[in-house]
Order: sequence, then structure tokens, then C-alpha cells
Amino acid sequence: MLDLGSFTKVALFGGTYNNWIALEATVADAKARGAQAIVFLGDAGGFGPHPNRTVERLRNLPIHSIQGNYDDSVGNSLEDCQCGYVDPRDNQFAQISYDYTLQNTHADHRRWLRALPTRGRLQVGDKKVLLCHGSPRRVNEFLWESTTPAGFIEHLCNTEDADLIACTHTGIHWERRLEDGRGVLNVGAIGRPPNDGQREVWYSMLELDRDRVRSTFVPVSYDWKRLAAEMDAEGLPAEFSATIRTGWWTTCLEILPGRERARGRF
Amino acid sequence: MRLSAEEEASVQSARPRLELPFLYLDTLWLQVTGTICNIACRHCFISCGPKVDKHKMMSRKLCRESMRDAVRKGVREIWFTGGEPFLHEQILEILDDALALAPVGVLSNGMLITPELAEALGERFRTAPYNLEIRISLDGPDEESNDRIRGNGVFEATCRGIRNLAKAGVELIVAVSVLDDNEPDRERFMELLRELGVPRPRVKWIPVFRIGREAGRQRSYEPWEVLAAEDLAVEDAAVRLMCGTGRTVTSEGVFPCPILINEPAFRMGDSLEQARGSAPVDHPACSTCWQESFSCST
Ligand code: SF4
Ligand code: SF4
Ligand SMILES: [Fe+2]
Repeated sequence: MLDLGSFTKVALFGGTYNNWIALEATVADAKARGAQAIVFLGDAGGFGPHPNRTVERLRNLPIHSIQGNYDDSVGNSLEDCQCGYVDPRDNQFAQISYDYTLQNTHADHRRWLRALPTRGRLQVGDKKVLLCHGSPRRVNEFLWESTTPAGFIEHLCNTEDADLIACTHTGIHWERRLEDGRGVLNVGAIGRPPNDGQREVWYSMLELDRDRVRSTFVPVSYDWKRLAAEMDAEGLPAEFSATIRTGWWTTCLEILPGRERARGRF
Repeated sequence: MRLSAEEEASVQSARPRLELPFLYLDTLWLQVTGTICNIACRHCFISCGPKVDKHKMMSRKLCRESMRDAVRKGVREIWFTGGEPFLHEQILEILDDALALAPVGVLSNGMLITPELAEALGERFRTAPYNLEIRISLDGPDEESNDRIRGNGVFEATCRGIRNLAKAGVELIVAVSVLDDNEPDRERFMELLRELGVPRPRVKWIPVFRIGREAGRQRSYEPWEVLAAEDLAVEDAAVRLMCGTGRTVTSEGVFPCPILINEPAFRMGDSLEQARGSAPVDHPACSTCWQESFSCST
């Protein structure tokens, strides 16, 4: 388990999905806002272009990383991304981006992904933050806002001895706090917009606020035109770059709960 | 040597049963209308029908007690099934009790969903603290293929229900059984759903469980269709089978899943607390769950 120590201001982000341009913009933004540590919660690859560019930056910039299901798959050269799609269309698209990422990730980067820790801890003041990818229980469990009830959150915080559980994996950011201040924070993903029709991507800032941990969702603008052009030049499906250009998800939609699905266009 | 029936039974019960350890309670199933349904489908694996009350309607009180107990155990979601859940006179109150605690799903044949009921569900879909999934069973994309299995007039009534839900803004899912004698075509279902006004159609495939009425309609399980201990020796076994992370409460007690509620040997106790141990998975239906990595929830 990665133990990062204690801070008063920390930036957390997830799901780069090969979006190396948004990754650079996110790190620059977090530094400019005075983050003392920057933590990535996993899923480096998939979806976008030139996987090596993202992993290089994750390794060379001042970032602490946690392993996601995608990193486990790519790191161990597994057959698929372990997202568990059953819809044939979703599966087809997921496989295209997985095969592309696997084929284009340097062996040394795969070794690095394979060796990443699956969980971590840090403190904000005296509040204990547990870092994980999907959920504290399973790397590929989806914690969506509409399907993660308070009783379950309390149960997780008790089991994990955590004040805040930080996760990603769904690609949409949200937070739910219990009355006592404990809670779950899904930091979302910086690889693509959260299916909201906008082009910004989002990360989270944790900050000590008297005896509380305050979290803020931060939008990041980046050169999305360049990313989309690179995706097209790499021959990735037009459905993927359409998401970058429009802000609406076009594939892998089956995993969304009804409430979240209804907010999107497709 | 031939054993008497009684001796045979005692040998059977003495044999250690194949069991799946219980990980945690993620999914609570409430058989809210028991085995009571407004129709009697020819493939129904728990043989429901208008007069079948092997499992009776659950009272709102029993639902509430089970839900509270489940929340104390950290439950993630609550699903309602039957029979037909919308036959319950207090279903909306019960759904409200549930939605205050956790995300909720309802499995229905959709036939009783009037525009008024659809509106009430739409309101909850939009404003409840948690997600509300309404899943409608439809076994063919046209009258002929659906009604052959579900009965005359069912296709039309179900489509009316779907239309009402779509109009009310409910993001519904359609559940389709994949049987020996049908080959559901995904595109035809998608087309039908778009025609019925569903903007973002979702379909879930249900594998065939060869028990209940389906056993007589097509065939029951062959003796070799069972799980072996080696099957369960993999790391993710308890996540792959829904009895590793879920329990079903009916008026008659607690069962590992909504599939085996008519099997007395699979009754696990009177309360969730009593049903905390390993679930027996030596029923032939368990082989279907395993092969298909099937879960009744979404
Ligand atoms: S399959 Fe569903 S709708 Fe058909 S009889 Fe059984 S419970 Fe009722
Ligand atoms: S039928 Fe499926 S869910 Fe039910 S006990 Fe068997 S394996 Fe478990
Ligand atoms: Fe993931």
C-alpha cells in the first residue's frame, strides 16, 4: 500500500485514457493552485492516441500513481480491459481501443504499469483518505453517484478505517458525504469530458478547511482540437474523437445507471 | 443392494453440499408479490400466475424490516420482483421506503403501467435520492414471437406500458429471455424500442433456466449440468455468482437468489441474519448462472 503522508492541499485525478494533452494541462493547473501532491488513481490507457506519451508523463512528472484495471490489463498483456462489457457494440469499441493501447505501449512502460500499487493512503490534516481505483473492494467496481447509497458508504468507511474514500473508474465525478463528514469522492477522469456536452475535463482538489477536508471539482480546458486530430490520424474510431469534440459519450454506455444515462445524448 | 426411497434421501442429505462463501450483502431482492402474477408465462422458471400464492405478497412492514436490516449490513441496491410487483397495492409507498435508503430496481412485465403510474415512476426516477431502474420483460420484438411464450395480448399491453414509461422520461431496460426456440435479434428490439419512444434503448439478455414451467415446455437439466468444486476454486467465484453477494427475501423466508425460491432445500432461514452463511450451489440452475456469469440485477 502506497503511503504518501500528510498534506493540506492535494490534487487527485483519474482516467487519463491516453489524453496526454489534458494530463499536461491538469498537472500545470494543480501546481498553479498550490497542490503539495498530485495523485493519479489509475487507467492510463484506452480511448486516446499514443499511449507512450501519457505513461512517459505519468512517470516523469511529479505524480504518484495507483493501478487501475486498464493498467493491470496492459501491464500484464491480458486479453481485454476488464470493464466487463456484454453489449456487442460496446465490446467491439472497447476491444479496438484496448488492442491499440496494448500494441502501442512500450514494454518498459508495461512493466511500470504492472508494478503500480493497487491502493494508497494519505492524510489531509488528521483525516484519513483511502486511494483506490474502482472501489476499496474491487478494482473494477463502479461507484456511480446514483448507485452508491449512504449506508454503503458508511459501511465502506468503517471497513477501511477511512474518512474519505477517493476513487475513479466511472469517468464521471461526484461526491457524497455522510452527516459526520466522512464520504466517497469519485474524482472523475481527465481523459474525456463527463458526458455533459462540454469539452472540459475534471479533476479534484482536497484541502484542509479547519478540521474538515473540503473537496472541489476543477474543470480543465486543454487543446482538444489537437487531441481529436491525433486520434483521427491514428485511425481510431470516429465515435471516440466525436466524444472529445462534442462532450457526449458515444460508446461503452451500457455500464451507466439509468439516472446517469438519461443525462447524456446517447 | 437397493436403497429404499427414505434411505436414498438420507444418503443424499448426508452428502456434503457444494457451497459458495458469502462475501458481503450487496444486493437485496424482495419477492414483493411472491409468485403472484397477472399472467402465467410458459417459460416462467418460478411458475408464477394469478392464483399461484406459494409465496405470498410481502407486507410493507416485512419489506421495511428486511431493508433496514440490509442497510445495516451495507447493502448497495434493492431489487423488487415477483410475480408482478405492480400488483402490490402499496408498491409506490414501498418503493419510496426503498429509494430513501438505496438505489432500486423493479422487474415487471409492464402490462399494468398506466400513464398515471408511469408519471409517478418518472417523478421518482428524476428526483429520488438514488437511481430507479425499471426493467420490462419482453421475449420477442413482435406479437407473434412474444405472445407464443408470454400469452395472448401480452405484447400489446407491454408495449403500451413501455410507451407510457418512455413518455414519462423513465430510462427503462428491456429484459429478453434467450430460449432454445428463439433467437432474439438485438437490432429488432432496438428498433421496436425506438418506435415506442425510448430514446436510449437498453436490452438485458436472460439465459434460460430449465426449472419451473420452462422445464416442462422445453427440457429440464441433464444430470451432468451441475457445478463441480473445481469450478468454484477460482478467485472471483463469489463475485461471479449473485448468491456470493446477494440474498432474496420472500414471505416464506430467505433464499440465495430469486431463481431458487421454490426449492425448499435452498431456504436459508427466516432472516437475513440467519442467511449469512455460505449458499448451497448444487442445483442444476447454478450451472446456468456460472456459464453465463449471470446476475438478475443489471
Ligand atoms: S415470467 Fe414474469 S411475467 Fe411471466 S409469469 Fe413469470 S413472473 Fe409473471
Ligand atoms: S441459481 Fe445462481 S444465484 Fe441461485 S444459488 Fe445457484 S448459482 Fe447462486
Ligand atoms: Fe477503470
